[in-house]
Amino acid sequence: MDEARSTEDRSLAAINVEKVTRSFTVDGRSVLVLDQVTFDVPSHGISAVLGPNGSGKSTLLRLISGLLEPDSGRITIDDQPVADADQRVGLVFQEPRLLPWRTAIDNVAFPLQLAGVGESERHERARALLDLVGVGAFSAAYPHQLSGGMRQRVAIARALARDPQILLLDEPFSALDALTRERFNGELLELWQRTGTAIVLVTHSISEAIYIADEVVVLSKGPGRVVARVPVPLGRPRNPDVRESEAFSRAAATIRAFLSGTPAELAEEEAAGAPIRDVLERAGAPAFFDPFRGAP
Amino acid sequence: MTAAPSTSRRHWRSVVLSVLAAAVVFVLAWKAVVIVGGYPVFILPAPEVVAGRFVTAWADGTMAPHAFATLSEIVVGFVVGATLAVVVGYLLARSPLAERLLSPYLVAAQATPILAIAPLLVLWLGTGLLPKVVICALIVFFPVAVSTMVGIRSIDRRLLELGRSLRATRWQVFRHLELPAAMPQILGGMRVGVTLAVIGAIVGEWAGADRGLGVLVNLARGSLFDFPLMFATLLTIALIAIVLYLLVVLVERALVGSWR
Repeated sequence: MDEARSTEDRSLAAINVEKVTRSFTVDGRSVLVLDQVTFDVPSHGISAVLGPNGSGKSTLLRLISGLLEPDSGRITIDDQPVADADQRVGLVFQEPRLLPWRTAIDNVAFPLQLAGVGESERHERARALLDLVGVGAFSAAYPHQLSGGMRQRVAIARALARDPQILLLDEPFSALDALTRERFNGELLELWQRTGTAIVLVTHSISEAIYIADEVVVLSKGPGRVVARVPVPLGRPRNPDVRESEAFSRAAATIRAFLSGTPAELAEEEAAGAPIRDVLERAGAPAFFDPFRGAP
Repeated sequence: MTAAPSTSRRHWRSVVLSVLAAAVVFVLAWKAVVIVGGYPVFILPAPEVVAGRFVTAWADGTMAPHAFATLSEIVVGFVVGATLAVVVGYLLARSPLAERLLSPYLVAAQATPILAIAPLLVLWLGTGLLPKVVICALIVFFPVAVSTMVGIRSIDRRLLELGRSLRATRWQVFRHLELPAAMPQILGGMRVGVTLAVIGAIVGEWAGADRGLGVLVNLARGSLFDFPLMFATLLTIALIAIVLYLLVVLVERALVGSWR
């Protein structure tokens, strides 16, 4: 990448991922998860990252949000390097990750509370966000009283609480049924139009990626490499009919061809990405006074 | 919580009725044992005798000062023990070094019979409130510390990652993530702890005291030969334990009832 191009991009690019490489140590050996990944997302643009399991998609989002550091390469947001747990980023995880002991509104207000925002102000803001994602009527409900879809809406509202420039979504709709999922795709686009954030959406679904994004970044199976960056030739605003269009199917065919090297959506959960997720999801072993317990 | 008033009233009526029914069965069985066995009053007084003595002991001011003394020992001991236990339980959960250094002593302290320690504590600390508080605190400590540690350790790592992504400080992680997540377990430990605290107070009083329900049990049995009073005192102890237990349950309902 030469100097001229990067200066030209500078005014446009919200996110710049440059030759990012990251590996993890699993059982004493190093596993390469992302290899020289490069792409960028213009400000107020939407990119979808598509790839089979184990292509390092979640790791990529953690790198952009500053939860992880790359081994090499560079990630910038508006030309500033990403900081540790960068607050310019709002993160929506694969599961809603709501605090079960807080009501919907208190969950959305949580990031603001941590930032020291006063109670009335943060509730006002949280209420507006709940309205924005369409669950204003359930602000006093606890997560266990909400459906899976509503919980994910609350999680999106929470990610928007600190007014991020960038919204990162990690397969946020994968637990929803197909119909709800398509409706959520449309709503995400409306939300995007109203909030003006840039979005990176990690997904398994080709049609979801095309419907939402300006550009689809296709990753290979582990280690994740950028196989292709497929631009989506569809105008905005998009409505569901666009899924039936010629351009849509052509884009889908292109992407499928790039993915065909790897059995994309049916890929078994193994290889590079899997052990890392395991580590994160493993609850602490509740052993007490047990000298025979192995080191964590 | 969201149930209509009539439903909740019906619920409460059924709770009260079943508790009363069980009490009636218990008292009748007790009475039957006394009649069938033909026991003298110093072996097993009849329920109505105990009930009568219970009422007079409270009416003439025999019971109240002892009950108050024991109750204060339990409450202070429980609060001190449980508070320390939550702090230490947290340390044990988060610091392997603390676990390695402290755990042998905690297990040893728990395994050593409190009955054997109590006279020593009285010898060191006198016959006042202090040794009882220490004994109660000791006995409450272990179950609460264990449950705190288990609760803190079993927190969903993904919530901790959420906290990190929001740049929560160490204190915020504890206050807003770890503590609420562990609260159900901590309160479970406190349920056990509060009943043990009652035992601790009585044991402490037996080891040396001039006031308290434990003292009254000894007095009634050993020097007054007032066996109905002894049983009335046991009844008071049991009632204190039940009320304290219910208080912990109420706190539990208030803190975690709505989200579990």
